[in-house]
Amino acid sequence: MVVVLASAVVVAVVPLVFILGTLIIKGAGSLNAMFFVAAAAPAGQTGGGVGHAIVGTLVIVGMACLIGLPFGIGAGIYAAEYPGTRLAVGCRFVADVMSGTPSIVVGVVAWAWIVARQGHFSAYAGSVALAMLMIPMVMRTTEEMIKLVPHSLREAALALGYPRWRATLTVVLRTALPGIVTGTLLAVARIAGETAPLLFTALGNQYFSLDVSRPMAALPLVVFTYATGPYQEWHRLAWATALVLIIVVLVLSLAARLATRQRYPRS
Amino acid sequence: MTGRDSGAPQRHAPALESKSYGDRIFKGMLTAAAVGLPLLLGFLVFELFLGSREAISRFGFGFITSSTWDPVAEQFGAWPLIFGTLVSAALALMIAVPLSLGVAIYLTEFAPLRLRQPAAFIIELLAAIPSVVYGLWGIFVLIPILKNSVFPLLQNVLGFLPFFQGPIYGPSMLSAAIILAIMVMPYIMAVSREVLLAVPTSQREAALGLGATRWEAVVTAVVPYARSGLIGAVILGLGRALGETMAVTMLIGNRHEISASLFAPGYTMAAAIANEFSEAVTDIHLSSLAYVALLLFLITVIINAGARLLIWRVSRGTIAGSRAL
Repeated sequence: MVVVLASAVVVAVVPLVFILGTLIIKGAGSLNAMFFVAAAAPAGQTGGGVGHAIVGTLVIVGMACLIGLPFGIGAGIYAAEYPGTRLAVGCRFVADVMSGTPSIVVGVVAWAWIVARQGHFSAYAGSVALAMLMIPMVMRTTEEMIKLVPHSLREAALALGYPRWRATLTVVLRTALPGIVTGTLLAVARIAGETAPLLFTALGNQYFSLDVSRPMAALPLVVFTYATGPYQEWHRLAWATALVLIIVVLVLSLAARLATRQRYPRS
Repeated sequence: MTGRDSGAPQRHAPALESKSYGDRIFKGMLTAAAVGLPLLLGFLVFELFLGSREAISRFGFGFITSSTWDPVAEQFGAWPLIFGTLVSAALALMIAVPLSLGVAIYLTEFAPLRLRQPAAFIIELLAAIPSVVYGLWGIFVLIPILKNSVFPLLQNVLGFLPFFQGPIYGPSMLSAAIILAIMVMPYIMAVSREVLLAVPTSQREAALGLGATRWEAVVTAVVPYARSGLIGAVILGLGRALGETMAVTMLIGNRHEISASLFAPGYTMAAAIANEFSEAVTDIHLSSLAYVALLLFLITVIINAGARLLIWRVSRGTIAGSRAL
């Protein structure tokens, strides 16, 4: 019986190894300097790269962080500092509901709010959609990390005469900061790989663009467009882009998990 | 006086509290951030209703039962989408749940201690892979394997069943269900593991003390105790499977039709939205897609709420249980 279960573990691990292996085999050969720096070549022609998508992802995810982190971390601190209030309970409930929402629905909401009203696609609409995905994640992890800080630290700061805001900011937050950074990195890793919210907000772009009020490229969008496209060249680039995307996501996730593990070892 | 203000919930005597301006500004900023979340959710629901208003007024509840999807004639019905969503998720769970629960039980009860952390790590890695990457791998690796080897085998062996009859194209309901199963397994595994860790060791020890083998102790003492939590984990996985978009879009064949055969293409709500939204021309088409998004949102909210209630019931108050959420 135990052998049956152990073989279940093998079955579970095999897809991961298979996927990573295929990505490396099919994608690694296409990773050259031009791949990272050049924009897309005309459809069907060889060459070209995903530099425009790398820049686009950085801009869109960066803006999403600028929008989402203040709300997420602020709400998390509130929920941890004033846990009994109705707002804190409500916040936790809302964060749970929103973290279960499909990302495509969030994309539709961002479309209805920004794109439909303005009449054109834009990168900041995509950022807003990603921020809406990010806020519940960051709020929950921030709250958990602050709750892990021992009360004695907070009380010591207050006993030394710090006002409440200063005790929270300089003592509690500073202690919980590695955990909060971990939560942020995990959220960033998750939204960097999201395609669905960007499909009809940021839309995608073939050229380098820094104009946030116009469509912009992003790595997951490139993977989707090229993988479902008709050209062999596009398929080759899709594998390489997927490899880059997965390396970024996995490195961020690993770094985040390792940091917390050292600090708060779980049994 | 501010020493009374520790993080624990208390009743404050207002006369004894001294709040400096800094405290008030700080709390005001935090409250503003915290209020943002319920506002965001309310806003989300509001925009969904607003966007689908036209379709709701024109089609009403008939939208859910109608099977016509004709953008040219401006007739839209979401029943094939709903059916496809439910069927693909159910199939995915049928494949994923036995494997995930087996792995979770093995990792918490039987695995050698040195294996447990790396295995948990690998599970987290699997959960971090983006959906498009699964879809890309599915199109170019999984579908050829299924189309050339697995599906013909299934048709030879089980072809008397209507589920395995009909032409084999590759992209199909079953392919989408398989990739969904692979994607959903890490989530069910992770939550099940947390739930099983929340079972008190006294249960295990009592069974062992009564003479049970390790396997019997797990089956008779641990798993029944954690049953509602495990069901909750499965339902959480269901919630994820229902909302999964990219990998399904790339593997399901994208056809607005219901077919008995699992080898036939199908469609899900999320896939339809993803494919048609940026190309919809008429307002009613967009409104219908927003209506589909609203339905999807309501279904996932209800299922996720049910799941969390179940998990909470079994792991009430324990640290591992609260982490499971």
